Amino acid sequence: MEKKRWNKTARNNAVTYGIVIVFWLAMTLWRQSGNLSSLMQGLLVPVCIYAIMAVSLNLTVGILGELSLGHAGFMCVGAFASAFFTQCMTEAIPFVPLRFALAIIIAAVFAAIFGVLIGIPVLRLQGDYLAIVTLAFGEIIKNFVNILYIGKDSRGLHFSIKDTMSLGLEEGGKVIVKGPQGITGTSRDATFTIGIILLLITLFIILRLVQSRDGRAIKAIRDNQIAAESVGINITKYKLMAFTISAALAGVAGALYSHNLSSLTATSQNFGYNMSIMILVYVVLGGIGSIRGSMIAAAILTVLPELLRGLSDYRMLIYAVILIVAMLLNWAPAALAFREKYSLRRLLGKNKAKGVE
Amino acid sequence: MSFLSYLFNGISLGSVYAIIALGYTMVYGIAKMLNFAHGDVIMIGAYVTLTAMTSLTMPTIPALLLAIVVCTVLGVVIERVAYRPLRNAASPLAVLITAIGVSYLLQNIALLVFGANTKSFPSVVQFPALSLAGGKLVISSLTLVTIFACIVIMIGLTLFIKKTKAGQAMLAVSEDKGAAQLMGINVNGTIALTFAIGSALAAIAGVLLCSAYPSLTPYTGSMPGIKAFVAAVFGGIGSIPGAMIGGILLGVIEIFGRAYISSQMADAIVFAVLIVVLLVKPAGLLGKKIQEKV
Amino acid sequence: MALLEVKNLGISFGGLRAVNGFDIMIEKGQLYGLIGPNGAGKTTVFNLLTGVYKPDTGSVVLDGKEITGKKTIEISKAGIARTFQNIRLFKDMSVLDNVKAGLHNKHSYSFVSGLFHLPSYHAVEKQMTEQAMELLKVFELEEEAETLAANLPYGKQRKLEIARAMATEPKLLLLDEPAAGMNPNETKTLMEMIEFVREHFQMTILLIEHDMKLVSGICEALTVLNFGEVLAQGQTATVLNNPQVITAYLGE
Repeated sequence: MEKKRWNKTARNNAVTYGIVIVFWLAMTLWRQSGNLSSLMQGLLVPVCIYAIMAVSLNLTVGILGELSLGHAGFMCVGAFASAFFTQCMTEAIPFVPLRFALAIIIAAVFAAIFGVLIGIPVLRLQGDYLAIVTLAFGEIIKNFVNILYIGKDSRGLHFSIKDTMSLGLEEGGKVIVKGPQGITGTSRDATFTIGIILLLITLFIILRLVQSRDGRAIKAIRDNQIAAESVGINITKYKLMAFTISAALAGVAGALYSHNLSSLTATSQNFGYNMSIMILVYVVLGGIGSIRGSMIAAAILTVLPELLRGLSDYRMLIYAVILIVAMLLNWAPAALAFREKYSLRRLLGKNKAKGVE
Repeated sequence: MSFLSYLFNGISLGSVYAIIALGYTMVYGIAKMLNFAHGDVIMIGAYVTLTAMTSLTMPTIPALLLAIVVCTVLGVVIERVAYRPLRNAASPLAVLITAIGVSYLLQNIALLVFGANTKSFPSVVQFPALSLAGGKLVISSLTLVTIFACIVIMIGLTLFIKKTKAGQAMLAVSEDKGAAQLMGINVNGTIALTFAIGSALAAIAGVLLCSAYPSLTPYTGSMPGIKAFVAAVFGGIGSIPGAMIGGILLGVIEIFGRAYISSQMADAIVFAVLIVVLLVKPAGLLGKKIQEKV
Repeated sequence: MALLEVKNLGISFGGLRAVNGFDIMIEKGQLYGLIGPNGAGKTTVFNLLTGVYKPDTGSVVLDGKEITGKKTIEISKAGIARTFQNIRLFKDMSVLDNVKAGLHNKHSYSFVSGLFHLPSYHAVEKQMTEQAMELLKVFELEEEAETLAANLPYGKQRKLEIARAMATEPKLLLLDEPAAGMNPNETKTLMEMIEFVREHFQMTILLIEHDMKLVSGICEALTVLNFGEVLAQGQTATVLNNPQVITAYLGE
C-alpha cells in the first residue's frame, strides 16, 4: 500500500520536474539554432520568475488556503535586498556565481523576515480581511521603497527617507538606493539556466514540504481549522511556516528579477497589487493547489500577451476575454455539468479516472 | 484655517470613497464577492459623462443621467454574464478572478474607444464657492455638492432598504440566500438590482471624482476602487453606515497624511491605518463578528 | 480517582447562561452518556471541555491534571480527543492522511529531514503509516485508505472521525452525536463499534446522544442536561426512570 502510494506521488513529481527540464532543453536548443526571436529570448527569465512566484503563492493560497494579495511585496523585498547586496559586493566578491548565490540567499532571508513580521499580525485575520491586509502591506512596502535612500561611504551605510543630500555622504561615497529611481546599474547576472535551477529548487521545496508531516498539518488547517486544533496541531506555527516559506521563495524570484534588469524601480506594474493579483490569476487558472498547474499557467500567461502582440491594440482585450472565458468554462457548475455529460471519455465509454495530485 | 480647509477636502474625497464603498459593500453583503471591476465602472461612468458633455454637448444633468443609465446596464450585464454562472462554483476565488478579468476588459475597452491619452474633465458644478470667516476659509462648490450628494445617497439608500419590499428582499438575501428563495424572493432579481444600484452609484462617484481630480485615463478607477474597498473593510464590510464612515475617515486620513506627513506616503498611511484598525477590530469598525459554530 | 472531574462549570453568551453549575465525574473505562433536549447545552459542554470556549466558572481536572481554560491544542496533548456533530474531516486529504494528521504530535522529524528525505523521514513516515493503517483496520476503513475523505459515504465519515480522534491516543474520547443521520442498521453497527473501541483500547468515552435507544443500550451512567443545568445524574436505569427526565423529554 505504502509502496504504491509513494510511486504515484514520485511519478507525479518526476513529471513536474521533467516538464521544467524538457522546457529548458527545448529553449536552449532553439536559442542555439538561432531561430528564437529576441522577444522570446527576453521572456525566458521572466517565465522562470513568474513560475516561481505562482508556485510559491500556491503554497499560501492552495496548500494553506489563505488568500494573499501582497505576494509581489515580498518579491519587491527580495529584489531590493539582493540588488543592494550585489552593488555593495561588486568589488569584494568578483566571482559572479558566488556573489549571485549569496544575493539570492539574502533575498530569501529578507523576504522571509518580512514574511514573519507581516504574517504574525495578518494570519490572525480570516478570509477577505486577510486578503485586504496583505494587499495593504504589499502597497506599503512598494511605497516605502520609493522614498528610501541608502548610501555607502567609508564610514558605512547611511539611510534617509528624504533625499540624497540628507544622507550626508562624504566625498567618494556612493548612493545605492535612490528613492523613486531605485537601484541602477546592477550586474545582470540572471540567466535562463539559473532561473530554471531556482524554479526546480522552488518546486523541490514545496513538493517535499507538501508530502511531509508539516505539509499534512498545513493542509489539515486548510481543510478544517477547528478539527486541526482538536488533534493538537499548532495553527499559528504552521500558518506562519507556510506563509514565510512562500514569502522567502517570492524573495528568490525578486532576486532573479532585479538581476535581470539594469535598473530596478518599484512601480505599481512590477511590485504593486496589480502584480500580486496577476500571480493569483496564474494560481487559480492553473488549478488551486496544483503546483504543476500554477507553473504552467504562469509560463503560458507570461508568454501569451507577447504572442498576441501581432494583434497590437487588441491584445490585452483578448487576454481579458480569454481569462473570463477560461474561468467560466473551468469553474461554472453549469459548464462543468455540460462537460461531464459530453466528455470524450464518457462518449468513448471509458470510466472517468480522477487525477490526484 | 488650512486645517479646516484640509478637513473639508478630506471629507469631500472621503464622500466619493464612501459612495464607491457603498457599491462594494452592498454587492459583498449580498453576493459575497469582491467585485474588483467596480472601480472600472467608475471610470466608464466618467468617460460617458465626458463624451456626452463634450462631443454631444449635453448639459451636465442629462449627461450624468446618461452615465447612470449606461453604468446601471453595464453592472447588470456584467453580473448576468460573468458572475452569475459562477455563483455556486466550488471555490469563491473563481468569481474573484473573473472580476479581475472583467476589470481588465473594461480598462482595455476604454483604451480602445477613448485612447490612452489623459483627458481633462470639465467642471460640472458651476455655483460660486462658499466663503467663510471673511474669505479665510473658502469651500469650493464641488466640495459642498459632493458632501451633499453623499448624505442624500446615504439617507436614500437606508430608507430604500428599510421601507421598500425590494430593500427588505436584499436584506433577506444577504442573510440567507436559500431561505430567501424558499420565502418566494426572486434571488437572481434581487442580486441584479444590487448590482444596478451599486453601478449607478459608481457613475455618480466617477463624475464627482473626476471633477475634483480632472484627469481621466482608462486606469483612473483602479486605485480609488481599491481604496473604496479598503474603506468598506475599514467600516466593516456589508454594513452601509460602515462604508460611509470608513470612506470619510479614509478620505480625511489621506488628505491629512498628504498635507502633514508626506505626499508620497499618503497611500501607505491609509493602508497602515487599515491594518491597525483590523488588528484591533478584526471585523472593521461596524462589522459583525461572525464566529463559526462548532 | 475519577479520570475526569468537572466542578461547577459554566459559561454565558451575552446575557444567556448557556451552561450553569455543571458537574460530572467519569471513572476510567466508563462509557458515559450526556443527554438532553435540543439546545440544552450539550455541545457547549464539549466545547468547554476541549477549550473551544473558556469557562467563566468551574474547574476541569483530567487524570489529576488541571486543564481548566487551557487552549484546545494543550487539551489535546493532555489527552482529550473529540468528534464533531457536523462532521469535520480534512476533506481534501486521503483517509490515511486524515489519521496521520491525528498522529501529528506522536511522531516527529525535522523540516530538513522532510526536505531531503533523510533516514528519519522514511522511518517515521513508515511507522506513522503502519499505526494509521492499524487504526483504519479497527474501523474497517483500510480499503479506503487512499480515498479522499470527502468521497466517503456518510457512515464511514463518522467512523473516520473517530479513528482520527483515536490517533491522538487520548485518555478520554468525546463523541458528539455519533449516530446523527444514521439509519437503524448503521446505528447498530456503530454501537457495536463504540463498545469495541472501549474494550480494545480500554477507552473512557463521553457520548452526546439524542437516540435514547443507543444511550440506554450501551452507557452505564448518564447525565441529563436541560436549559444548561444538570437535571439528573447517575446509573442509566435510574436516570431514565426519573420522572423529571421523562417530562423534559416527552413534555407534559
